[in-house]
Amino acid sequence: MSETAVRAPTEFEGVVRPHLEYLYALAVRLCGHRTVAEDLVQDALLRAFRGFPRLRNRERPRFWLTRVLTSCHYDRYRAEHGADEMLRLDSEACPDLFDKITEEDPFPYSDRVHLDFLALFDDARVIEVFQGLHPVYRTALILAYVYGYKAREIADITGKSVGTVLARLFRGRKQMERELWEYAQSTGLIAQKEALV
Amino acid sequence: MIKCKEAVSRLWAYLDRNIDRIHEAELEEHLGLCRHCCGELEFAKQMRTMLLGSGSASEITPDIRTRLGTFLKDVGKQRGRKR
Repeated sequence: MSETAVRAPTEFEGVVRPHLEYLYALAVRLCGHRTVAEDLVQDALLRAFRGFPRLRNRERPRFWLTRVLTSCHYDRYRAEHGADEMLRLDSEACPDLFDKITEEDPFPYSDRVHLDFLALFDDARVIEVFQGLHPVYRTALILAYVYGYKAREIADITGKSVGTVLARLFRGRKQMERELWEYAQSTGLIAQKEALV
Repeated sequence: MIKCKEAVSRLWAYLDRNIDRIHEAELEEHLGLCRHCCGELEFAKQMRTMLLGSGSASEITPDIRTRLGTFLKDVGKQRGRKR
């Protein structure tokens, strides 16, 4: 056994261990299940270890681990739902919440319709709707808004162009708006609000 | 003045203070006049706050930390042995 082979496991563990909590939290946010998240982190650790000898820039291990974990997450999704499911998104229409609100006018006296609309939902419901978004949207939104990665960094993490990342952020938010709107209509939240005005 | 499509594409960079002064000034000029994009900005701010506030469910528990720590140690050992 070479000296490199003996040293690599210890070095790998030293590099990765400080990021375990981060990886787990990211995994939970990506997949929405604590048990699945643990499996996902294990997948990522295995893949990261295999790639560790080829890792040149070891000054940003968290960024590298994020890329590995995200890739594992996508692979799991493809295995469960098929590769085509990842490609179908660009043809989706992007409804606009503001247009909907303007058309249907559920808050006729409001100057802050977007916020009044969001105020209909408690945080748990918003998170539930968020978990229902397509993973490519959810991933982009989480990396950008929870972890503060820039679009070009997300492009690097996901292996997509910056333009694609910006489109996914935009479409993800639009999908979120649509889902919230449909929920508000189906549950009578908007009608209840109107009744209160 | 920039158009709505351009303004919306800059909103998150604006929220993150990751935008140069010229683009920021153009965006603020647009936001000052466009009710549509002001709504987008408010929605974006609020949604980000909600996502940030959802962190408690993703916190690691001591038993999961222990299991993942053990797994990490074993990954190296097992892979090291296979070589």
